[in-house]
Amino acid sequence: MSTLRIEGLHARIGDTEILHGIDLVVPAGEVHAIMGPNGSGKSTLSYVLSGRDGYEVTAGRALLGEQDLLAMEPEARAAAGLFLAFQYPVELPGVGNANFLRTALNAVRRARGEEELDAVRFLKLARAAMKSLAMADDMLKRQVNVGFSGGEKKRNEVLQMAILQPSLAILDETDSGLDIDALKIVADGVNALRGPQFSALVITHYQRLLDYIVPDRVHVLANGRIIRSGGPELAAELEAHGYAQIVAEAA
Amino acid sequence: MSAPTGGSAAAHSFLSRFEGLKSRLPGAAAPREAAAASFAAAGLPGRGLEAWKYTSLQPMADASFHEPFSLLAPCEELLALVPPPALALDAPRLVFRDGRLRADLSNPPDFFSSFSTAPELDADPRPLVALNTMLAEDGAVLDLPAGVDGGTLLLIHLASDLHGQPTAAHPRHIIRLGTGARLDLVEICVGTGCYLHNPVFRISLAANAALSHVRLQDESTAGFHLASIDVSAGAGALYDGFTFNAGSRLGRAETIATLAGPGARIHLDAAQLLRGRQHGDITTIIRHAAPHGASRQGVRHVLDGHARGVFAGRIEVARGAQKTDGYQMNQALLLSPDAEIDCKPELEIFADDVKCSHGATVGELDADQLFYLRARGVPAATARLMLIRAFLDDAIEGLEDPAVRATLAHVVDQRWSEPAL
Repeated sequence: MSTLRIEGLHARIGDTEILHGIDLVVPAGEVHAIMGPNGSGKSTLSYVLSGRDGYEVTAGRALLGEQDLLAMEPEARAAAGLFLAFQYPVELPGVGNANFLRTALNAVRRARGEEELDAVRFLKLARAAMKSLAMADDMLKRQVNVGFSGGEKKRNEVLQMAILQPSLAILDETDSGLDIDALKIVADGVNALRGPQFSALVITHYQRLLDYIVPDRVHVLANGRIIRSGGPELAAELEAHGYAQIVAEAA
Repeated sequence: MSAPTGGSAAAHSFLSRFEGLKSRLPGAAAPREAAAASFAAAGLPGRGLEAWKYTSLQPMADASFHEPFSLLAPCEELLALVPPPALALDAPRLVFRDGRLRADLSNPPDFFSSFSTAPELDADPRPLVALNTMLAEDGAVLDLPAGVDGGTLLLIHLASDLHGQPTAAHPRHIIRLGTGARLDLVEICVGTGCYLHNPVFRISLAANAALSHVRLQDESTAGFHLASIDVSAGAGALYDGFTFNAGSRLGRAETIATLAGPGARIHLDAAQLLRGRQHGDITTIIRHAAPHGASRQGVRHVLDGHARGVFAGRIEVARGAQKTDGYQMNQALLLSPDAEIDCKPELEIFADDVKCSHGATVGELDADQLFYLRARGVPAATARLMLIRAFLDDAIEGLEDPAVRATLAHVVDQRWSEPAL
C-alpha cells in the first residue's frame, strides 16, 4: 500500500543545506516518530515532503507508494494521500471553516476520482468528526483559525485530517502549545485513524505526545541526518538523557 | 466661424452630436448651450487637473463616439449579462439602453418619472458633468415623499457599440428622498463592445432619509465608464454607498458627498477587481459641513496583470463641523508585479474637535495562506480565488441584502474565470 520511502534526501534553503541525506521508510499502517533538537531539520523535512516553496531538493527522492512526491504540486500530494498537520496553522480571514473544509474535501475527492459531497452530506460528516474531537459546532461557522486558541487550532488540524482521510499524516510538533487535555484529544483523534491504510510521521521535540500516540519506531534527527533509530523505548531514553549524549555518540 | 473642437476627436464628436441633436433635446436650450460652450473650452479633463492626476482619458480621446440607435434594439443578449441573482430580485426595475429608458423592459415604481419629461439641468462646470448636461436625453427621476419606504429598486443600464463604432450615453439621474423616506437602489451597468457610459447622479436626502446605493460597474472591458455622483445628506440622513468595479477598460466614479445637516452619515465603500489592462479610479470628496456627522470609507482593490487602481479620497471638515467622525481605509492586493495602485488620501480639517483617521495597505497574496490551502488539496487557482474572495468579502459582507451579496460574488467568480485582456 502507501509506504513512505525517503532515500538520500538532501535539501537546502538558499545556500544553506539543511537536510544532508535522509533515509527513512515508514511502512503502511505504522506510526513513526521523528525526534530531535531545535534546528535539526525536522520542520524542513515536513515542508519538503509537503511541497512548500523555498526549499530546494538537491539530491534524493521521496515516494509515497509508487508516487514520486517531490515531482508533484502540493495539492497533488494532498490528493495522493499526504497530510501535513502544521506546527503553526495558518489563519484565513474571510474564509469560513465549513467552506474551507468542504472545498478541500471535494478537491481531494475529485482528484481521487470520488464523488463530491453536497452540503448536507458534508455537514453530517463534519459534525460527527467534530463531536469526537470535542469541538463546538460553531467552529464550522468561524473563519479558518482566526481567533482560535492554540488548542483550537491544533484540533482544527486534526479535524481536517479526519475529514480528508490521508494515507500518510505528518504531524509537525502538533503537541506544541497544547495543555494535557487538548493533547489527549488530539492524540485520540490520531489514534482513531490508525489502521492498515494509515501511517504517520510524528515530529516532536518531547516524549510527552508519544505517551499518547505510541510509535512503532522512533528516529533521532540531528544536523540534517537520522543518527539513530529504535523502538518506543528510544523516546524514553531521550527524555531521560537529552539529545546531547546521542548526538555526541553519533558524531 | 468653425465650431469649437474641444481639442480631441472624442470631444469633437460629442460637440458635433450636440449640434445635430440640440433642436430635439428635451428642456430649455440655454443650460445646454452654456454646458456646450464650457465643454468646448475645457475639452475632456486632462491630467493637468488635480482630480485627474492618476487617470488619463487618452485611451478614449482618439475615438469618435456615435449616436446609438437603440430605441427598439433587442436587449436579450445584454440583459443576459446581468448577474442572475440580481435579475431574481423581487423588485421594480428600470432598464435603460444607451442612456434611454426602455419602457418595454421596465416596471417602474410610482415614485419614478422620466428625466426627459422635465429635464433639470445645472451649471456644474466639471467637464464630464458639462458633457452630460449638454447631451442628457433621459434618466431616472426618483421623488420619494416624506415617510415613504421605496423598498428595493433595480436600475439597469445596458450599452453596446453600434456595428463596431463606439457610442456614448449620458443619462442624468435625480434622486430626492423626503424626510424619513427610504430606498435601496441597486444599480447595474453592463454592455458589449466600445462605448462611453457617462452618468450623472444628483442625490438629495432630507432629514432622516436613508438611501442605500449599490453600484455594480460591470461594463464591457472595451468600454468607458465615467460616473459623477453628487450627494447631499440632511440632518440625520444616511447615504450608504457601495461601488463595485469589475468591468470597463477605464472606469471612474467621482463622488462628492456633503453632510449638510447635523448628524448626517455618509458611507462610500468600494471594491474593485481589475485585470489585464483595466484601469479603475475611485475619487471621492466628503464634505463635513455640519456637526456630529460621520463618514466611513472602506476601499479594497484586487489588481492583476497590468491593471491600475486609483483611490483619491478627500475629507473636508468645515469650521463649524464639530464632533465629526471620519474614517477612511484603502487596501490593495497586487497579484502581479505589473499591477499598480495609486492612493491619495487627503484630510482638510478646520474644526478643532473632530476624530478623523485614514490608513492604507498594499500587499500580495499571502504565500503561507496559499500553501496552507494547497496542502489541503485545493488547486492553486481555486486557492487564489478563495483568498481574493475573502479579501473582497470583507468589503462586501456589510451589505444587508443576501441577493446583492450573491450578485457581487457572482461577478467576482465570472470575471476571475475569464481570460484577462
